[in-house]
Amino acid sequence: MVIGAGLAGLRAAIAAHNSGSNVAVLTKVHPVRSHSNAAQGGINAALSHRGDDWRDHAFETVKGSDYLGDQDAISVMCREAGDAIVELEHMGVIFNRDETGHLGTRAFGGQQKARTFFVADFTGQAILHVMYEQIMKAGIQVYEEWFVTDLIMEDGECRGALAFDMINGELQAVKAKSVILAAGGLGRAFEPTTNALICTGDGISLAYRAGAPLMDMEMVQYHPTTLKNNGVLLTEAARGEGAYLLNANGDRFMSKYAPNMMELASRDVVSRAEQTEINEGRGIDGCVLLDLRHLGRETIHEKLSYINEVSMDFLGIDLAEQPVPIRPGMHYQMGGIKTDVNGATTIPGLYAAGECACVSVHGGNRLGANSLLDTIIFGRRSGEIAALYAKDTADKKISESIIAKEEKRLSEIQARPDNGDSPAKIRLEMGTTMNENVAVFRTEEGIQETRKVLENLRERYASVPVQDKGRIFNTNLFATLELGFMLDCTETIVAGALERKESRGAHTRLDYPERDDANWMKHIVINYTTDGPKIDYQPVTVTEWQPTKRSY
Amino acid sequence: MEITINVKRFNPEGNNAEHFFQDYTLEVEDYSTVLDALIKIREDIDGSLALRCSCRAAICGSCAMRVNGHAKLVCKTKILDVSTDGSNFITVEPMGNLPVIKDLVTDMKPFWDRIRAVKPWIQPDGPEPTEEYVAPNEAMLHLNGVMGCIMCGACVSDCTVLEIDKNFLGPAALAKAYRFVADPRDAEDHERLRAYSEYGGIWDCTRCMECVQVCPKGVAPMDRIMGLREKAIEIGFDNNNGSRHTEAFNESIRNSGHLDELRLPVKTFGMGGLFVLGSMLNVPAILSNIPNLIGMLPVAIRAFRRGKVPPMIHKKIHGYEKVKNIFEKMESKK
Repeated sequence: MVIGAGLAGLRAAIAAHNSGSNVAVLTKVHPVRSHSNAAQGGINAALSHRGDDWRDHAFETVKGSDYLGDQDAISVMCREAGDAIVELEHMGVIFNRDETGHLGTRAFGGQQKARTFFVADFTGQAILHVMYEQIMKAGIQVYEEWFVTDLIMEDGECRGALAFDMINGELQAVKAKSVILAAGGLGRAFEPTTNALICTGDGISLAYRAGAPLMDMEMVQYHPTTLKNNGVLLTEAARGEGAYLLNANGDRFMSKYAPNMMELASRDVVSRAEQTEINEGRGIDGCVLLDLRHLGRETIHEKLSYINEVSMDFLGIDLAEQPVPIRPGMHYQMGGIKTDVNGATTIPGLYAAGECACVSVHGGNRLGANSLLDTIIFGRRSGEIAALYAKDTADKKISESIIAKEEKRLSEIQARPDNGDSPAKIRLEMGTTMNENVAVFRTEEGIQETRKVLENLRERYASVPVQDKGRIFNTNLFATLELGFMLDCTETIVAGALERKESRGAHTRLDYPERDDANWMKHIVINYTTDGPKIDYQPVTVTEWQPTKRSY
Repeated sequence: MEITINVKRFNPEGNNAEHFFQDYTLEVEDYSTVLDALIKIREDIDGSLALRCSCRAAICGSCAMRVNGHAKLVCKTKILDVSTDGSNFITVEPMGNLPVIKDLVTDMKPFWDRIRAVKPWIQPDGPEPTEEYVAPNEAMLHLNGVMGCIMCGACVSDCTVLEIDKNFLGPAALAKAYRFVADPRDAEDHERLRAYSEYGGIWDCTRCMECVQVCPKGVAPMDRIMGLREKAIEIGFDNNNGSRHTEAFNESIRNSGHLDELRLPVKTFGMGGLFVLGSMLNVPAILSNIPNLIGMLPVAIRAFRRGKVPPMIHKKIHGYEKVKNIFEKMESKK
């Protein structure tokens, strides 16, 4: 069983199907509505016959991660990237080409070579739709709009999931010999965020509650170029194609922060630079400017049409005519369910891939265009290994009372009196607090304050009312359950952020401004207990690249 | 500003499950979208309102619905742009041509069934190359336009053919079909175009333009259907009413400068050979299409009674040679 139908989930489903498994995909939205759609810029791979080397890609990923990424996992991802790109092309992805008709590339942040393969600026959508074509071709069963409320855990093993069939309004227990969580990120726990409304950390929370440890949760990426009002993303590909970042004085301020790579330094570096400019009074209305004018209308039309559409729709700004105000915005969760390089969690029968997982290939900061790669590589690997596990596992019983128990829990939630705060109100308070205190710059004081706010919200969450008393397509009930998932996520982010007393990657503590390899070159691992998150550590795997000072 | 949104609602679990309209009045910003307003209603006013939405940025395709009678992706529809008459009153309904599950949520199964019917996956010929397929960038850039389709269903909602003929594959599925026919890597053009030329396929579009108008992503499904027609005729699938109709139009205008309405249906149904000197008689086609022609008789009789029968002798317009010149110029450009 695959939970989630974004790129990681669909790729896992295809891999398991090809390995001879009988696969079901459960997803709370139709596969093509998944948030993989929103990946704009491209997917990285170093192709050796083009004079590139996967080791360079791996090193730059390690450096990008601020040496928190596990180098064995990063090597796996970067080594297998070339074959994955060719495979995607064979599946039908319409990658942009060069003059010779071969795959074209563009430059991306934190990398010296142009190794990002792309489809204009809607690469995620173009790949997701093709992956779904392959699902249709293979005839893999997708249970669309089935909302997973809990994992079925018995004898310490994962044996399936409880899911609410949203259209028929029925709760179902779905048994499976192995389960892959590919349920995506948790962006909605922040406000604003570039993430879709469905990114509510469901998979992360389900695994955490079931006893799987989470890792690197404090590492939350702020993307340097998002719109102020609604957090909508403008791709890094704009800078990859040569766009400038300007402050209120019209200066390309990145020369101060990253004199070599300028606008194409890694995302944490650029976001910190922007926030510093804004904080020191060189911003405009809380923003800096992204300037594409010199790229010309033709390049914008051919390679960046989607972000031009978005700028026109939301701000009425034509990127060929006018710079667009942008600011750092919450974008990606580097951390997640701790897995090995095959997606295996510590729970037998439970696997994880994609944004909800932490292999860890992104460490303290993910490079642009490595997330699509992550989903494709570790989606496939987890699908293959989960299929193997299923083959070797006998059909086991699940207790008959679980449905009745979950029914009771859900109907109690629905039966609450109508006088508490709405889930939307609590989410907004959580999101704005996270965005204020657990953002680009963090302090002990701010994180502690957030912790208190979250404790209070959790108390109020217990009496959140569900106005919709029906069973069919009750988005009110699902919003309430999603809020519960997000509260688990934010609690662990805050615990990790409080614990890590140094600055590394996306985690910048103003009270501990330096990276401290002696004490903190280790992962923070968090386990669920009834008394709250319990902190543990895990060494970082170093194979080839010893940590050095990081500059761009 | 204050606006009122009139939402068409449906509760399948209600006592008498019927559609009804409900007004919501709320404060919104000048830059707010219709989706912003619907979310605000759902979060602050009425938690029971059901709709699909996710990305808020016109890429996931969840939130197509009818605004003031036309299908729109509400996340990219500004309130100001749809309440221009100053009334600050907007009507929102679920998409058309699809069954409603609850409120603004439609059953997308018929939509996806049609997509699946066009075999929407690439089918190359022979063994895969070890590296990528080599393909011209222009061909890929051309496909970007169709690949930009987010499967929101807006075109299907407002398709005027689907309204009366559920057998039609519809604009979204045929645009998806075009993506494979136009893909230089796909080797199944022949079989695809044969299948798409059948009843319910490319010739059933009436060219009303509605899908082009409502598509939020500029995919222009109708133009893709026309592209498929051209390719179908080129490849030789011309023994059907649609392609004969097209050819009859073409021939009539080319030779006389205007439409020979009397012979158009006859030629469309495959008896053109009887009337046009020099062309071959297509006996099987004539036989198979005799029922169609007989079916036209009542219309012909009514037209005759009302004096609306076109002249028996089709005259050329003044200066028809110039029309012919235009045709020749266009053909030389091809």
